[in-house]
Amino acid sequence: MEDVLDVRDLRMRYGKTDVLNGVSFAARRGEVLALLGPNGAGKTTTIEILEGFRMRSAGEVSVLGADPVHGGEAWRARTGVVLQSWRDHAKWQVRELLAHLGRYYAPYSTPSVTRPWDVDDLIETVGLTPHARKRVRNLSGGQRRRLDVAIGIVGRPELLFLDEPTAGFDPEARRDFHDVVHRLADREQTTILLTTHDLDEAERLADRILILVGGTIIADGSADELARAMSGQSEVRWSRDGQRFVHAADDATAFARDLFRRYGASVEDLEVRRAGLEDAYMALVRQAEHGAPRRLRAVAA
Amino acid sequence: MNPALVAARAGLSRGWIEFKQTLTTPGDLVAILITTGGFLAAMIWTRHTHVPGTHFSLGTTMLISVLGLNVVVYGVVTMGDLLVAEREDGTLLRAKAIPNGMLGYLLGKVVNFSGQVAFAVAITLCAGAFLFTGLSIGGPGSWLTLAWVLVLGLLATLPLGAVLGSLFPSQRSAGPCWLLLLGGLAAISGIFYPITHLPTVLQWTGQAFPMYWLGLGMRSALLPNAMAAVEVGHSWRHLATFGVLSAWAVSGLVLAPVVLRRMARRESGSTVAARREKATRGV
Repeated sequence: MEDVLDVRDLRMRYGKTDVLNGVSFAARRGEVLALLGPNGAGKTTTIEILEGFRMRSAGEVSVLGADPVHGGEAWRARTGVVLQSWRDHAKWQVRELLAHLGRYYAPYSTPSVTRPWDVDDLIETVGLTPHARKRVRNLSGGQRRRLDVAIGIVGRPELLFLDEPTAGFDPEARRDFHDVVHRLADREQTTILLTTHDLDEAERLADRILILVGGTIIADGSADELARAMSGQSEVRWSRDGQRFVHAADDATAFARDLFRRYGASVEDLEVRRAGLEDAYMALVRQAEHGAPRRLRAVAA
Repeated sequence: MNPALVAARAGLSRGWIEFKQTLTTPGDLVAILITTGGFLAAMIWTRHTHVPGTHFSLGTTMLISVLGLNVVVYGVVTMGDLLVAEREDGTLLRAKAIPNGMLGYLLGKVVNFSGQVAFAVAITLCAGAFLFTGLSIGGPGSWLTLAWVLVLGLLATLPLGAVLGSLFPSQRSAGPCWLLLLGGLAAISGIFYPITHLPTVLQWTGQAFPMYWLGLGMRSALLPNAMAAVEVGHSWRHLATFGVLSAWAVSGLVLAPVVLRRMARRESGSTVAARREKATRGV
């Protein structure tokens, strides 16, 4: 299938500082990509170049088949951008604003994609129905963020950029937001590129995770693949005769089988914890920051 | 459907919505009323003073000239200031993120401020009609002149406001500049006192800017014809008014898209975030 995003050897330099040194990755239609990395790694720069808001220093970038620098309005209509939250449009009512912004997308409707999103359905989708008549300035932080998401998707984008979308969300809002992302990716086949600091969120949402450190992508794969590639070991904990044991095993299943064969029913409180994304992330970032960066590519089978 | 046409129509309704918001937001409304009220107070104070060399009330002359000043206040200062503010709060970047959004945004501003100018002119005139004597607002000629001066004035000032607004880095830096600009121009544009009483250099300087011609145009529309006697050349100089305002309008309309496009190109999420951070740190 045609790649929605294709980035090759992207470089960005401000003065004498290299912010991006050769970033390459691609995304297929309907894929959800999470861009992880410490602060200052170049996540926002990368996303802004892809959005067409920033010129790059070098490299090839294709977004929905076009160079974002020369994207044009028809290209713009196929992308959605969820910006970080600001104070804009404070005097507008929620429904009024979404209906207004939606109008610009109407000429870009196609037989397969009806644009814009029906405004009441959209408000329902992001859970703002009870607040549809409120002025934007009277929304709470979480409600405001839902509105930001709604603005980003009002044109039914084929590609959606989300820059730290859930910063400041409470757990319920976060869950709702995750549902929206799943719905967009599964039902609407929207390709999504998001940046986040929340590893749990990346693991839950993303088909693929890219880890950006020092302007280079040091890992690219699913949460599972990254975790496995970084550390094949799992932690096995159990207790026997009131005593607790911990063991790091390469093959936790075989280890547990052996454990039961030897001690039978006296094994209690068995817990197997595979090294998760967080462990992998920490290990990768530490490795990249201390050693020479090398790219770990966990290729899907 | 032509996308640009759709965006233009969306922009018109955007302006109308924003204008209604201005009228229904107590803070904005109070600001308009205070400005108008302040001017009216100054005019009432000078109601019984005569324009030098005539028996005509200086207050009435001032009332009419202030209509011209209003166009500059809304067209240049309020427009420019809002542009700076909306660049800071991210409104402009949102416009950039949607197809033809900038077109809609700018048209919206034009409609909104035209509405505000019309509103300010209307309340000033209404109050003036009750409080002052000597207005010549009976004939259709008055209204026709008022209309073309207003429209041309908006065309001359709104693009100028947009250009100046794009040049200021922040609202904080813009504030004092606006005040200086407005105060300085008002002093040499014959708004509060006939320009013929100023030194020649200042007379010429004042006549280079649209504010003088807006004031003159308003006076020609709404004051008795005999009052032309105190103007430069003892005439209302309609042709010159049309010429100077048109020149400003044309240069503004040529310059504004270039400057605005350059400003918009630089906008991105991180520039807005950086500006906001700077503003909150109070640097």
